[in-house]
Amino acid sequence: MKLLNQSIKYLSSSILLIITLWAVVFYLNMLQEIKDSIDEGLENHKRIVIQNAKKDPSILTKKYFDESFFTIEEISSEKALSITDIYRDTILYMQDFDDEEPELEPVRMLTSAFQIHNKYYLLNIANSMVEEDDLVKELLFDTIWLYLLLVFSTIFINNVVLKKLWDPFYNLLHQLKTYKLESSQKLPSVNTQTKEFLDLQQGINDLLVQNRTVFEQQKEFIGNASHELQTPLAIITSKLELLLEKEQLNTEQANTISDVFQTVQRLIQLNKSLLLLSKIDNKHFFNNVSVNINKVVKESLEQLSDFSTYKNINITFNQNAILRSNMDSSLARILITNLIKNAILHNVDHGELNILINSTSFEIVNTGINKSLKGDKIFNRFHKSNALSENSGLGLAIVKAITDLYHYQIHYKYENNLHCFKVDFHPVQ
Amino acid sequence: MKILVIEDEPQLLQNIKDSLEKEQFLVETASDYYTAIDKIAIYEYDCVLLDIMLPNGNGLNILNNLKKEAKGENVIIISAKDALDDKLKGLSLGADDYLTKPFHLAELNARVKVLFRRKTLNGKDNITYGNLKLEIEDRLLFVNQTNIPLNRKEFDILNYFLLNRDRLITRTALAEHVWGDHIDQVDNFDFVYSQIKNIRKKLQISKADLKIESVYGIGYKIVEK
Repeated sequence: MKLLNQSIKYLSSSILLIITLWAVVFYLNMLQEIKDSIDEGLENHKRIVIQNAKKDPSILTKKYFDESFFTIEEISSEKALSITDIYRDTILYMQDFDDEEPELEPVRMLTSAFQIHNKYYLLNIANSMVEEDDLVKELLFDTIWLYLLLVFSTIFINNVVLKKLWDPFYNLLHQLKTYKLESSQKLPSVNTQTKEFLDLQQGINDLLVQNRTVFEQQKEFIGNASHELQTPLAIITSKLELLLEKEQLNTEQANTISDVFQTVQRLIQLNKSLLLLSKIDNKHFFNNVSVNINKVVKESLEQLSDFSTYKNINITFNQNAILRSNMDSSLARILITNLIKNAILHNVDHGELNILINSTSFEIVNTGINKSLKGDKIFNRFHKSNALSENSGLGLAIVKAITDLYHYQIHYKYENNLHCFKVDFHPVQ
Repeated sequence: MKILVIEDEPQLLQNIKDSLEKEQFLVETASDYYTAIDKIAIYEYDCVLLDIMLPNGNGLNILNNLKKEAKGENVIIISAKDALDDKLKGLSLGADDYLTKPFHLAELNARVKVLFRRKTLNGKDNITYGNLKLEIEDRLLFVNQTNIPLNRKEFDILNYFLLNRDRLITRTALAEHVWGDHIDQVDNFDFVYSQIKNIRKKLQISKADLKIESVYGIGYKIVEK
């Protein structure tokens, strides 16, 4: 849920609660105010009636509510003395302008007693009251209108004002989403005066700078580490070679030393691959030229021919077009050679190897184990599909690193018992 | 033949020295920048093996110095750095060859010898060994004046063997030299063996005075019969 909608959700429910409470309080207050005002009018009316009664005793016998809304009745002195002014809500049978026939209507009634010429009278004065259900109805409608108005204005304000206010935030978020640690040069930045956003930007940038430093250091570390290993490896190799040249070794010693020597050779290959990977990651290859991939394939096949002949592999090379790509020539050679080498290495004796070049792609298909490889893992560093222990597990990782460097696509698929790798180049015309 | 080896790692320096002395070269050493500069200023060398990264200074400056004093006739750079720009820089400053650490002693030996041959004989070089003669420029093998046809790889292998007479050549070193660096990740070098078998057969049939011996199952050595 978007922040904007979240805030609308919370605002509208709080507004609903506030308005409901307010409506109840407002209703009660209003009712009280109306009664107070009617009571004052009744009090005033009482005085007028008493004054009029002194002048015109005929009204002292007015027994029914009619047009002047009061009744007078003679009572005993004891009863009169026990009566204080009482205001109460009651109902009378009457007809309002909105009623079709007389009905019971709420009224406010003052009950009082007075004395004229030593006689005591009971006075009831009524005044028609606002109808409570009408009031509630009116108030409810008004409240709903007010609520809707408030919610819609909130949505509107949110959409216009808040959106504008949050704009730097979304801008920053977008820049962060597209930020790549290894390639983005510019840190995310937005044009804002809002302190929170400036703080956020500062925080993010500090974090990114820190991360980038760590990333660089890590890249450098791998490069430096494999680099520093070169000299010790050179010492070991040359020492072993000199040792093996001494002829007084017995068979057992010689075997041990040659095992060590071969292991060191593997270590050297591993280290070379790591160094190459680190160089690709650090973009140490910038010498991009237009490379004829067909030619590279031909040269690679020629260089690996002894190896493929030894494994009795039947190679076919179909060129539907001349494929040229703008890249470093040694990386192009490594890319193609690694794929071909991989296809020979994991092939079966008397197997098949087919290479197809189209105007935009290079495809290599080979026989091998009758099982699909894990397409998502094979390009991982040090992934080994089987226990071919002498294989570094870096060949395809290097291929992937090169295709990533140039934004080429590489796909693996397994169809009809054939393993297929396809590279989509960005060809140059 | 006098060679100066400039290398800061004492053990590697000693190994290179031992290996080159087996070939009857006169070897002098320098393990830091200033010693190297001094030795170059005072003595004349036929060949300089130069490590680029040295304490107190960059090997490329030494190369510059050698060129300025017109002494940089034969320089082979040995470096753990194989960044392309370093290689090009080294070669454009006049280094004759470039070897990346770690290397095989047989490879270093072959490079030094090839360098000498190129400089002293202008490439018009034949290697003779008993009744066997290898014409480098025309890539031909003669045994008792009879031409023995060799394919390209076979010639390269034999040439490499003859540059490293009586020395151990490991299969890895041979594969890297003949088939190139890209062969390195191939799981085994059995295919090398089939080539060696062919050469052995040809040498035997033509009654050559030398044979290829297997050494401890790890490599080969060429010896006189």
